[in-house]
Amino acid sequence: MKADPTQTHVTREYKHDSPLICCRFDPTGRFVFASAEDRSVLRWNLASESGDKIQMLGHDSWVRDFAFAKEGSVVVSAGYDDTLIWWPVEGEKPEPIRELKAHKGWIRTVAVSPDGSLLASAGNDRVVKLWKMEDGSPVRQFEGHERDVYSSLFHPDGEFLLTGDLKGTIHQWEVATGKRVRTFDAKALNTYNGGQQVDYGGVRGLTVSPDRKHLACAGLHKATNPLGAISQPLYLRFDWESGELLKSHVADGVEGIGWRAFFHPEGFLLGCAGGKSGGFLLFWNGEEDQVFHTFKLPNILRDGDLHPDGIQVASAHFDKTLRISRMTAKDEKKT
Amino acid sequence: MKTCTYACGSQEHLIARRQFMGTLVAGTGAMMGGLDLFAQPAVARELARDQKRMLVVRMAGGLSQLESWDPKPGTKTGGPFRAIPTSVPGLHISELLPHTAKQMHHLTLVRSLNTHENDHGKGHHLMMTGRPKMEGVNYPEVGAVIAKALDQSDVSLPGHIKVTAGGGGGRSADSAYLGPKYASMSLDGDKPPANITAPGDLKADIARLRDEFRCLANDRFAVRRRTAETDAFVQSFEQAQELMKQKEVFDLSKESDQDRERYGSHDFGRHCLLARRLLEKGITCAQVTHTNYDTHNENFNFHFEQLGEFDAPFATLVADLADRGMLDSTLIVVLSEFGRTPRINHYYGRDHWAKSWSVCLGGCGLQAGAVYGETSDDGMEVKEHEVDAGHLFHTYLRALGLRSTASFNIGGRRFPMANPAFEPIRDILA
Repeated sequence: MKADPTQTHVTREYKHDSPLICCRFDPTGRFVFASAEDRSVLRWNLASESGDKIQMLGHDSWVRDFAFAKEGSVVVSAGYDDTLIWWPVEGEKPEPIRELKAHKGWIRTVAVSPDGSLLASAGNDRVVKLWKMEDGSPVRQFEGHERDVYSSLFHPDGEFLLTGDLKGTIHQWEVATGKRVRTFDAKALNTYNGGQQVDYGGVRGLTVSPDRKHLACAGLHKATNPLGAISQPLYLRFDWESGELLKSHVADGVEGIGWRAFFHPEGFLLGCAGGKSGGFLLFWNGEEDQVFHTFKLPNILRDGDLHPDGIQVASAHFDKTLRISRMTAKDEKKT
Repeated sequence: MKTCTYACGSQEHLIARRQFMGTLVAGTGAMMGGLDLFAQPAVARELARDQKRMLVVRMAGGLSQLESWDPKPGTKTGGPFRAIPTSVPGLHISELLPHTAKQMHHLTLVRSLNTHENDHGKGHHLMMTGRPKMEGVNYPEVGAVIAKALDQSDVSLPGHIKVTAGGGGGRSADSAYLGPKYASMSLDGDKPPANITAPGDLKADIARLRDEFRCLANDRFAVRRRTAETDAFVQSFEQAQELMKQKEVFDLSKESDQDRERYGSHDFGRHCLLARRLLEKGITCAQVTHTNYDTHNENFNFHFEQLGEFDAPFATLVADLADRGMLDSTLIVVLSEFGRTPRINHYYGRDHWAKSWSVCLGGCGLQAGAVYGETSDDGMEVKEHEVDAGHLFHTYLRALGLRSTASFNIGGRRFPMANPAFEPIRDILA
């Protein structure tokens, strides 16, 4: 089925009793996982209208990210309690398989390599660590970020790991050696406010285009009042070969943060953004700075994910709701 | 350098503290003299040898009590941070303060503040003066009050110095009716006051002659036209001369490399080291500001960032004051204009909240390691021992050995040192 962003609409709402933080589909597309301010990990079954919510407790703080084993049997949750927890994806009462005190401080991001063998994690200790997915044993670590690491992504070919930080620095690491290959300059995503004396922004999401020609990252700019939540989403598109900035994608009239970015298989760029003016799914093609479509969600968005079917989008919201939106006409048959 | 006759002949210039004591009126209305304003005679004797001081650390914007002194981990309002044990058995504070946690046996927490004021400016005024802000009425800030109450005749430097990144570098109007002598001098970070060094081409003998001429003119003018304004002018001039003579007070290069490293190279670290230096040099009240905690957005990221900067230098300062035997004579106050909402908003932020929040005190006159008051499990309200800014103000004065119910006599009019509607928090006084 072909996606039509202009027809995007909400099809389902899954409720919890605490504001949500992040959300991810599992690779098989059967489940959507989320985390909440009550420190729980949540799982909803997309085959069920009600979602059959399963709540998993194990972290001693908020969970900021998930990564899945390639075949979709295991999910790793990354917590602000310095801990990675391996969980079975299925089951009525999933219990932790493995817990790993992986960092000193918040873990903000995890990613699994395309072959499923490696797990990368990073966060406030500024060190990027690589683990064996199957047993959690350490492989190597990458040092070079000067501020908190916010996002990570394995290049689809598996040779490189990309990590982005608060200052808008994106490092490209060679997975096999740990060597830093190059750095993309995304400093436009960082604001230092001298009056408030705070750094704000950062690289909140990363994506590589299916044809491997472009790297895009999500974040914010125009942060005239960081402490007051005044900013606008900004998505930067780089040429992978040269590393040059090709385009700065914006969405006039939308205030907030670009939390995540996805290159859709059909070529457009999807942004999940939320802030002062609400929650949004933003759509750009490659040639234009401005969005070709904006879909406003009913509540402020804190995270989003693209389903493997390329049609559904999950969004985690402050109003304790996980929303599933479809990029198809309302009367089109669900897959 | 010669000093002006009329200035030196004044009661204030000769015996400043004695003069101050003579202008105090007790809370009962009777004139107080000598050392009677002090709560205990023994304290008064002690004062002669052991000058009391005060360190104020202002967490500008409104520090979150939940990310600092009163964590509620695992509750719906608690946020992502955990609580950690401290050097006081059973006492936990936020994991964002690991260094401070090791100094809590020197410190005292008040966790039951309800200050009823959610406006930045009014909240700041309330916390600094102990009184609500009212149109047309100015009250002196605590630094000015104690600079006057603990005035030292042998220290000519300003009694009240504020260290703020980007500070104005001049004198403030925060002494209200106490007069400009007790107004704070605001330093732009750790930079010395402006124009503290005489022009290079001004020779010493020429400067002396010029000053003698100035004094002559002043004395002649004062014979018939002396006013409070001319007194203030002379005081300011002479204080400026003292600043020029004692400019090394502001010179952090005089501190050891090791100390500069311990405090850190960032602004707040250097400012804490300067505060230690000022207190050691006899400044009565040193105030350091750390900003910015007004975290309506991404409260947790910003508190991680800001408290990560605050923690080590503050803990180092507390430890140094203790190691140097100064903690018995130095009152520490860490305050904001208010706390932050227990409820976490849309943007992972916390908003203004005066209903149930905390301050950290310590040192002189207080019970070390004490915790006063308690908030509910979700932090939304005070559960026990509710107090207001007025209680704190009385407590500061009592901790410094002053009778907080005493009054200043300014031009024959009584001005209570602290808001008469309140009293000290006796349970935390040593």
